[in-house]
Amino acid sequence: MIENLLFELEMAAPQVILGLVNGAFYALLSLGLAIIFGMLNVINFAHGAQFMMGAFVAWMLLAWAGIPYWGALVLAPLIVGAFGVVIERTMIARLYKLDHLYGLLLTFGLALIIEGVFRNAFGASGLPYAPPAAFNALNVDIAIMFLPGYRVWVVIASLLVCLATWLVIEKTKIGAYLRAATERPELVQAFGINVPRMMTLTYGAGVALAAFAGVLAAPIYSVNPAMGANFIITVFAVVVIGGMGSIMGSVVTGFGLGLIEGLARVVYPEASATVVFVIMAIVLLTRPAGLFGRG
Amino acid sequence: MSLNRRTLLAGAAALPALGGLPFRSARAQAANTIRIGVLNDQSGTYRDLSGPGSTQAVQLAVQESGITQRGVTVEVVQADHQNRPDVGSTVVRQWIDRDGIDVVVDVPTSSVALATNTLVREKNKVFLNSGAATSDLTGAQCSPNTVHWTYDTYMLANSTGGAMVRAGGKSWFFITADYAFGHALERDTGNFVKAQGGEVLGSVRTPFPGTTDFSSYLQQAQRSRAQVIGLANAGGDTINSIKQAAEFRITRGGRVKLAGLLVFITDVNSLGLEVAQGLVLSETFYWDLNDKTRAFTQRLGAMPGGIRPSMVQAGCYASVLHYLKAAGDMGVAAAKASGADAVTRMKAMPTSDDAFGEGTIRADGRKIHPCYLFEVKAPSESSGAWDYYKLLGTTPGDQAFRPIADGGCALVRS
Repeated sequence: MIENLLFELEMAAPQVILGLVNGAFYALLSLGLAIIFGMLNVINFAHGAQFMMGAFVAWMLLAWAGIPYWGALVLAPLIVGAFGVVIERTMIARLYKLDHLYGLLLTFGLALIIEGVFRNAFGASGLPYAPPAAFNALNVDIAIMFLPGYRVWVVIASLLVCLATWLVIEKTKIGAYLRAATERPELVQAFGINVPRMMTLTYGAGVALAAFAGVLAAPIYSVNPAMGANFIITVFAVVVIGGMGSIMGSVVTGFGLGLIEGLARVVYPEASATVVFVIMAIVLLTRPAGLFGRG
Repeated sequence: MSLNRRTLLAGAAALPALGGLPFRSARAQAANTIRIGVLNDQSGTYRDLSGPGSTQAVQLAVQESGITQRGVTVEVVQADHQNRPDVGSTVVRQWIDRDGIDVVVDVPTSSVALATNTLVREKNKVFLNSGAATSDLTGAQCSPNTVHWTYDTYMLANSTGGAMVRAGGKSWFFITADYAFGHALERDTGNFVKAQGGEVLGSVRTPFPGTTDFSSYLQQAQRSRAQVIGLANAGGDTINSIKQAAEFRITRGGRVKLAGLLVFITDVNSLGLEVAQGLVLSETFYWDLNDKTRAFTQRLGAMPGGIRPSMVQAGCYASVLHYLKAAGDMGVAAAKASGADAVTRMKAMPTSDDAFGEGTIRADGRKIHPCYLFEVKAPSESSGAWDYYKLLGTTPGDQAFRPIADGGCALVRS
């Protein structure tokens, strides 16, 4: 009996850890979505495409300019974030006065166009991007499993960035302005704060988070134009479960759902892609505003 | 949030596919015009190995057939089926009913190929399949209007699976894409393994589409203590599985081997040799195989995205070339009047082309040619871009495919 239990634990432990790695991506991506939605009231459907752009920019930096992973980790989010700023200024800013649906449709269209352009330029099957050898020092090689150091790094990096983002929004003056502008933009504007510029930068920051996740993902997943589309549907479910616009909600839910998905892969693999949506349905029925949402 | 991305995508992309055809007034069906429709994945995971490259290959076949010098016009159009049977069926129906298409070419993705197979037979046109894997096209669902040119699940299982067992890989664990194609490939390979005295220790079914992280499944496979992990999947799934197997050092120590049951050269290019080296795979065409395949690749010219032709694209070239020979032989009017007659004529003539060499087409529609077992080179062995394979062995055509009596094809029994 106890032996059986031990065996089950031994089976489950690696899956829990691997689930955390996936959760790290969910958390980063849903965090960006939550910030954008909270501030701009825009459902950013282009988030997956921007995640993909982050991975591609990392590849371009390496292949064309010889800039290695660490450089890409800083540069790619800046480049893609700047692209986000341009998109916000030229297109999204015109839609704030309209219904949510327009922002959703615009960003959805943008996602299709961006993916199409990358598909034409780089093909559909993807490009290679090797994990930096330096991470081998973090390799965990124990009896029950081998965990590549790079995956350990992904969890650490994601946690650090999530924590930093939370601190900025909850504990700094800029964060206070941001939260105030979300509630009463006219009033904050009246105090002399440039709200439109703040919204632009917020969108840029959300997009940069997506690109950062993209760079993190490049050594693990195939760098191809559809890589964001594969992720984004699950990430939207994470955002809905966590509560639209809730920072803490998206981080906790991201990691939590990664864990649950990981366990589903051992218990009932066929359902591992569906389990997140089942949870979403249950949450929507019992707490429509999400686990951390302000109903 | 109830907006379904796939539904939107399908709706948006199906419109241009149906409306953008160059000939609206094709009702006239000029007696000496042959119309060829290339139907494949133009936007998804199979775009590189089929896609616009297949159309380019078909155009080369038209040019080299010499049929146009004899006053016959050949028109080539293409459409995206998005790997969805419903989209594919709509295109094929419109093509045949409205646009007077005589030949449908390529059609990767087994489910779409089977739907096309039924439709083309109903309308008595010609279906030259290159891209799909299912051996049902020449088995239970064989059709007098269909030729299955390039490869199938039986051939892959036979070649890759057989070779791995002979090399000592007796116990297997499968990572299987959870849909018809994955199940068929797992079944066919499992049968081979067992027939040769091996055993299947287990399998895990991964949701399709939508799985990007295979590390959990790889760990489960490793825990089974199987000697061979068989990847019964394709495209992006295979790429992610192999990439993550390298990351998790699944094959370190050489005790466990990875068998990619359907790997295309475009997948190897995507993985890079560093990760893909040592992988054993089966194909029926490799651009650098011999002088003829190199000459064919040269004539094809620059491909979209800088790729070298895949076996699927080569199959589109060779099958259309052979069809045009048959049509020229029997007369264009007769070939257009009955697709079944045209295919019968194709079966009666030996095939010969630079991509596959000499071959034949069997009564059940199966094209017969050798199958090659390749190993992916190490970076140090490769002389540059697209120099990826070394030849391990060749299965002659008469042994590479399922024996005609075992397929259960009604055309054979009658």
